[in-house]
Amino acid sequence: MGYVLIVGAKSDMAKAVAREYAKNGYDIYLAARDTEMLKPLAKDIAIRTECNVQLLALDILDFESHQNWYAEIEEKPAGVVCAVGYLGEQTAAQEDFPEAKKIIDTNYTGIVSLFNVIANDFERRKEGFIVGISSVAGERGRKSNYIYGSAKAAFTAYLSGLRNRLYASGVQVLTVKPGFVATRMTAHMDLPKHLTAAPEEVAKDIFRAQQKGKDILYTKWMWRWVMLVIRSIPEFQFKKMSI
Amino acid sequence: MKIESWGRYPKVFGTVHRFDNEKTLHSIVSEQKALIAYGNGRSYGDSALNDNIVHTRPYDCLLAFDETEGLLHVQAGVLLSEILDVIVPKGWFLKVTPGTKLITVGGAIASDVHGKNHHVEGCFSESVKSFRIMLANGEVVTCSREKTPELWRATCGGMGLTGIILEATLSLKKINSQYIEQTTIKTKNLRETFEAFESYAHMPYSVAWIDCLAADSERGRCLLMAGDFKDDGDLDYHHKTQKSIPFNFPDFALNNWSVKAFNRLYYSKVKERVSYQIVDIDTFFYPLDAIGHWNRIYGKQGFTQYQFILPKETSYEGLDEILAAIAESGKGSFLAVLKLYGKENANYLSFPMEGYSLALDFKIEKGLFKLLDRLDTIVVKYGGRIYLTKDVRVSKEVFEQGYPQIEMFRKYRKEQGMDRKFQSLQSKRVGI
Repeated sequence: MGYVLIVGAKSDMAKAVAREYAKNGYDIYLAARDTEMLKPLAKDIAIRTECNVQLLALDILDFESHQNWYAEIEEKPAGVVCAVGYLGEQTAAQEDFPEAKKIIDTNYTGIVSLFNVIANDFERRKEGFIVGISSVAGERGRKSNYIYGSAKAAFTAYLSGLRNRLYASGVQVLTVKPGFVATRMTAHMDLPKHLTAAPEEVAKDIFRAQQKGKDILYTKWMWRWVMLVIRSIPEFQFKKMSI
Repeated sequence: MKIESWGRYPKVFGTVHRFDNEKTLHSIVSEQKALIAYGNGRSYGDSALNDNIVHTRPYDCLLAFDETEGLLHVQAGVLLSEILDVIVPKGWFLKVTPGTKLITVGGAIASDVHGKNHHVEGCFSESVKSFRIMLANGEVVTCSREKTPELWRATCGGMGLTGIILEATLSLKKINSQYIEQTTIKTKNLRETFEAFESYAHMPYSVAWIDCLAADSERGRCLLMAGDFKDDGDLDYHHKTQKSIPFNFPDFALNNWSVKAFNRLYYSKVKERVSYQIVDIDTFFYPLDAIGHWNRIYGKQGFTQYQFILPKETSYEGLDEILAAIAESGKGSFLAVLKLYGKENANYLSFPMEGYSLALDFKIEKGLFKLLDRLDTIVVKYGGRIYLTKDVRVSKEVFEQGYPQIEMFRKYRKEQGMDRKFQSLQSKRVGI
């Protein structure tokens, strides 16, 4: 079945996704800036599933390195899942451009730089799958997180274009739009229980949707309808709201 | 956010802190005034509840498995169920497991849990070789019986009040089957029940379901299940899919009559005095885990489990008096579990002692705490103690009388600065 490359492997969501693919027989590349932090997870997956796990040091913000980084991977992956995400601080990002830039570069520019390289390889090989974990926050800008949201919106549009391009080569591109997920990133928030998924649920959904060849996945499923409602609120009304 | 434990009473609002390595945990421990570790939320009462909780469940990696020696090194948030998925197919089992596998290793140590084989293998801590723990000053130490005996005795059974357990190394038990040969003994009263426990004490696993609403001459009648692993080489273990209770039962669903009817049916389903069955691991050890959210049958008010233990010398008299008091109150319990325990260990707050323990589930309702206070008096009179892991309401006085080593525990906590850093609603209530 080959390797699945998990980018941004330090996150809770990535951990769950890596375990899910390993459980289903894939070997795993775990990529993050600090591979030391990934060692417990690598051991864990190897013990639970007896699959091969390799750690790869990758800085998503070091755009120039991506071409060589990918070239050096000996056995090219059968698929890639990108779980890179940086929520940042909205108010800090308003005051201080470097914070805004970090949000944009982490959630968008860096991934574009990496995905361009991988997409070219998959297109040549006429095989592979690309899973991008975007966010429902990208569907409408809200005052509480619109810098993060706008980077995710850009990422969603990028994935849509990539899917359109790679369709002809038989390469699958899946856009994942999670709603609330109970992770370290959201631990300080008071999230409504019924709209909040555990990372393991999200991972199962992603695996199933990817294997079925789906294009867009909302998880939990009801977020498709929640976002339909939120998108349909007229702008003159929306601008007065606090949601 | 709203936090509750398995009994769903009380519900408190608190801040949840999460960590993914020792560094992030260190900053949480040094920044917060008082906190308590919270694993998978399976303790029944308020022992893992407070304004600030550290969620340890996501810290859940298996770090090393020595398949020849049967040694397993894990992070403390891993569930016993996850461990079983890995070790049973390789011919290993937990030396000590409680009646649910949905608890974390950290929680198992902090509660020093025990199982159907307490009379043979003792408590969970007996199967732990060493653990790593973050103390009040943020220092991480590796603790073992030999190297740090005081920290060991305080932490095993110490309800998370000495620090945040990070990792543990467990020593496992060799098995050669996923099946258990079970003997079921049906008894007519408490005297017969005691005799059955004594005559099946040679079996490694034993526990009894007792009909706590049976009165007078039938008082103390039970189904005693005793067993041991088979030796057929079948280790093809897959846990079953779970059924789940989808909603809270309405308050009137559980009452004296429905519980009585259930108990009668359950008891009379077994016809012979002694019968034999072959059952799998999940059926034998974890019957309730097969039903997700089973705590919902007690309704949205929640429930509590009252578990006490009496010294062997006073067990018969004490249990007889307590069962009479329960039958008289009419507040029944589906789940009434009786067990004969082995010798107690040296840990300051571990629950087991040599004698009989009874565990009863009760729906939270008016008049319940008054009944439990009355039962407390009987427990104290016969020299017994209450299990903190299940408790949500015991008074400081009753608690203290059951745990003679409490002053040593308090003194140690104070010396180490643990008393201000690690607190739960329960520790505040009973003054530890």
